[in-house]
Amino acid sequence: MIQIAGILLMMLGLYGILTNRNIIKIIVSLNILEIGLNIFIISIGFVRAGEAPLFSSEAKSNALVFVDPLPQALVLTAIVIGVGTTALGLAFAKQIYAKYQTFELDEMGEE
Amino acid sequence: MKKFLSIVFVLILGGLIINHLASNNLIPRFGDVVLTDRVSDAYIDRDVNGGDEDVAFGESEDLESGAANTVTAIVADYRSFDTLGEVTVLFVSSLGVALLLGQSKRRIGLEFKPNFMLKIGSRALFAIILMTGVYVILHGHLTPGGGFPGGVMIASSMLLLYLADDEFRAKMRGFKVLESMMGLLYIALGLIALFISGVFLENFMDNGTLGTLFSAGMIPLVYSIIGLKVGSEISSVIDHFLSEEGAS
Repeated sequence: MIQIAGILLMMLGLYGILTNRNIIKIIVSLNILEIGLNIFIISIGFVRAGEAPLFSSEAKSNALVFVDPLPQALVLTAIVIGVGTTALGLAFAKQIYAKYQTFELDEMGEE
Repeated sequence: MKKFLSIVFVLILGGLIINHLASNNLIPRFGDVVLTDRVSDAYIDRDVNGGDEDVAFGESEDLESGAANTVTAIVADYRSFDTLGEVTVLFVSSLGVALLLGQSKRRIGLEFKPNFMLKIGSRALFAIILMTGVYVILHGHLTPGGGFPGGVMIASSMLLLYLADDEFRAKMRGFKVLESMMGLLYIALGLIALFISGVFLENFMDNGTLGTLFSAGMIPLVYSIIGLKVGSEISSVIDHFLSEEGAS
C-alpha cells in the first residue's frame, strides 16, 4: 500500500514537471517526485514487526528481526543529493528572476 | 491537449510500474521481506568479512564495525568512500550556488523592524538549536541522526539568526575555511587509514564496546567532519540566498 502511495507521488511529480510553466513549481514537482521515490525505496526494505536497525537497550542482539538498513542508507544519500539539486535549481531561479522579473517561462524573452 | 497527453502518459507509466511490481517474484510484497536472503543481513550481524560472532548491546567488543546504529555503520564505515562522494556532491552544489549568485555584498532586509525581545530570544534559541545539532552529530553512532541531519540543524540555527535580526551577517570567510579544512581532513583520514591498514578509509581505530559513547573507532570522527562540513556548506548557501548585489 505504501509502495503504491510512493508510486502515486512519483507520477504526480512527473505530471507537474511535464505541465507546469513556472520555474518554482517545476522545482517543487521535482521534490515531490523525489519524496515519492524515497518512500518507495524505503518501503522495499520494510519487514513486518521488525525493529528499527539500531541496537539499543530495547533491541539488544542480532537475533531479533530488523528492518533492512541498506535502503535507508541509500535514501540518506538520495536526500542529501536532493538538497543539493534543489539549492542549485533555486539559485538558477533567482538568477532568472533577476534578469526577467518573472518566474513564468512563457513571459520570458519578450523584452 | 498537453495536459491530456501528460495525464495519459503518467497513468500508463504508473500502471506499468504497479503491474510489474505485482507480477515480479524478485521484489517481495510489502512487509514480507526475508532479511536472511539479502546482503543487508551481513551488515546487521557484522560479518561482511566472515566471522560469526553474536552482537549484543553493551557487551560485544571489537566487532567489525562498532556502531550501534546499523545505518551509520553502513554510511560511515562500510560505504565510507560512497559518503565521500556524497559530501563532494553537496560541496559542488554549494560551489555552484556561490558561483551563480556571485559575490553579493548586501543582505536582503526584513519587512519589519525586529525589536529587542526578538533579537535576544532568537539568540537564546540559537544556542539550544546549535547544541542539539552537536548532540545529534556526536551520538550519530548510537541514535538515529548523524553528520548530515546534525549539520543541517547547525545551519538552521544560522537561518534563525538571519531571519530574526536584519543586521546579522555571518562571517562567510570563516565558514569557507572550515568547509575546506573539513574536506581535506576527511581525505587525510582516508590516507592515514591507507598507510596503516592498506585500505582507503578503513576503520583503523579501536572499536570499543558496542553502545558506548567512545566506541565505533573512526565513525564519530568521520561524522564530526561531515557535520561541520555540511553545516558550513548549507550556512553559506543560506547566506547567498539572503543577500543581493550592490554595495554594502
